[in-house]
Amino acid sequence: MSLEAVFSEESAFIPYLVAGDPTYEESMEYVEALARGGADIIELGLPFSEPIAEGPTIQQAIVRALDGGMTPDRYFEFVEELAVDPTLVCMTYYNLVYQYGESDGPESFVERAATVGIEGLVIPDLPAEEADQLRAACDEHGLDLVFIVAPTTTQERLERIREQVSGYIYVQARLGTTGARADLSDRTAETLARIEDWQVPKAVGFGIATGDHAQAVITAGADGIIVGSALVDIVADGDNKGINTTETASRIENKAQELKDGALAGTSQQPAPEKQ
Amino acid sequence: MSTERPFGKYGGQYVPEALMPALEELNEAYERYVLNNEDGFVDEFRERLRDFGGRPTPLQYAEQLSARYDRDIYLKREDLLHGGAHKLNNALGQVLLAKYMGKERIIAETGAGQHGTATAMAAAHLDMPCEIYMGETDISRQRPNVFRMRLNGAEVNPVTTGRGTLKEAISETMRDWAATVERTHYVIGSIVGPAPFPSMVRDFQAVISEEAREQLRDQTGSLPDSVVACAGGGSNTMGTFHHFVKDDDVGLYAVEAGGDSLSVDEEAGVAPNSASLSTGEEGVLHGARTRLLQDSDGQILESHSVSAGLDYAGVGPELAHLVDTNRVSPVNVDDELALNAFHRLSQTEGIIPALETAHAFGFLEAVEAGKRDAALGETVVVNVSGRGDKDLETVVEETTARDIDAGPDMDLFRQVGRSAGDGK
Repeated sequence: MSLEAVFSEESAFIPYLVAGDPTYEESMEYVEALARGGADIIELGLPFSEPIAEGPTIQQAIVRALDGGMTPDRYFEFVEELAVDPTLVCMTYYNLVYQYGESDGPESFVERAATVGIEGLVIPDLPAEEADQLRAACDEHGLDLVFIVAPTTTQERLERIREQVSGYIYVQARLGTTGARADLSDRTAETLARIEDWQVPKAVGFGIATGDHAQAVITAGADGIIVGSALVDIVADGDNKGINTTETASRIENKAQELKDGALAGTSQQPAPEKQ
Repeated sequence: MSTERPFGKYGGQYVPEALMPALEELNEAYERYVLNNEDGFVDEFRERLRDFGGRPTPLQYAEQLSARYDRDIYLKREDLLHGGAHKLNNALGQVLLAKYMGKERIIAETGAGQHGTATAMAAAHLDMPCEIYMGETDISRQRPNVFRMRLNGAEVNPVTTGRGTLKEAISETMRDWAATVERTHYVIGSIVGPAPFPSMVRDFQAVISEEAREQLRDQTGSLPDSVVACAGGGSNTMGTFHHFVKDDDVGLYAVEAGGDSLSVDEEAGVAPNSASLSTGEEGVLHGARTRLLQDSDGQILESHSVSAGLDYAGVGPELAHLVDTNRVSPVNVDDELALNAFHRLSQTEGIIPALETAHAFGFLEAVEAGKRDAALGETVVVNVSGRGDKDLETVVEETTARDIDAGPDMDLFRQVGRSAGDGK
């Protein structure tokens, strides 16, 4: 299903995991658990050695996945082998996109991503100003290119991003890096209000850790929630304590279910859902 | 701003969205204060460089080296700048700019600790709170500088990810900045990172070549045949080259760290060198498109050099551009040549150089010995980018372990063990 179509049904739950964390096989089971837990879209991280937008939780997941042998080619094999319903989005950093394939440039990466069934890309170190080449490649191969809007994004930049974005807009709930937090930022509602009239669905991420957070964010007007660190924490815990894969997968599924339920509860409280 | 590409295909702004507004704000401040001297910024900067920093630094004729190499060797003595390295030029400029911008807090990364030290000094001088990120590996090999930062009142935050060197420290400082950008300025330590940092840091460091060019003309009436500087990220390099770039007849040599070897171990993810201009390929790291040490997938490799300040997998986009356009010649010198040069300069000229700086002198020796081919000409300016006090522990250790020909007799240290080297 295309990314925008996912949002037309109900509030979307968008979990994130790093592919290959801690190993290829275990990671496969964890991604399947996300699907069982109600994921609508899965942001699947392709690990890069210098993840400047990530907090400690995801940094460590990236180290585990790289140590486990994850590479761009293995990643695409992983996606090919994966048989799940949720729409898949690849999240990675620009150098891996740029270097992939024989010739420099994003084209080969995008072509391969489209072939294995990826519907969209999120590249946190690629602002709208640097994205023309990738935008063109995505257009050619039918991929969406998701951009991030931060609390600090100026009005002028919002317009630039609006021209480039497709699929959904990733609303960064707070400043800083990724990571689960105890509370939600009140800057979320502020940012959502600034892009209220955008047609593209709005998904909020950075710091969402519980079903209550999910509900609050949807109630504030978001069309979807993005959750990474709270799920990666479960993978890390399983790996650190030697918990078996089935048990960890089941904990991931339960957490996913909690978040999805929270998102759905939030939908019923939205004053006037503006689905396009 | 980002559509301007002063460095050909290199440069740009590859950073998370949260930082983009800060870069726009910084670019505006750079244009107003640094380029157009608004509110007398440049005047105040120059005055503080003189009174606090001790500028101008001398351009010294090196008698022994000139005799040894049968050329006129001139030393630009940035080791005599306050703090013991060229780093203060940039740190003072950026902390002052942060003040003009109304920022309340300074953060910086450091590798060898020279930039961290300079930033801590500048922040203390200008009464700004300051936090420095430094890799754990570097903290242990650069202890004197860590203590100097603490003495100047800066917090030092150890970075434990990766190999714990400069690359990780930059990533971690960018993460801090992403969370605190509204009131914090990130004083990046080299001509790397997203625009406008590479241009701005170069402009602050360009005082080196501005003075050197003028001083040499005063002393000899002409320009040098070549200019030599070591290159890690490249701030002393571009500072030393900048005003000579337009002098087509002046050869510019950027001396990188050849480390143990120029080969790459893909399996281990390690390049046992820091020679990104000599051996690296185009890619995107820390906000800029430049030349990098990376594997075939685009993962950044761990670099190596005996010198912490050169130990970085990337290089400034401007240097990458000047190498591509054949204006700057990239050359490299391995750990052993650099250590020999360290001892030679100490013994023959009475100047104990930083290990970074020693690479530049290692290149002169390599050319003399026929190991490197370069038309250095009759008159050569070499930048003494920093002094070597911070490296003494490393040099004792490495010289004892490797049997460096030019080094002093190390038996004393072998007899009493490592504790002598630690000064305990």
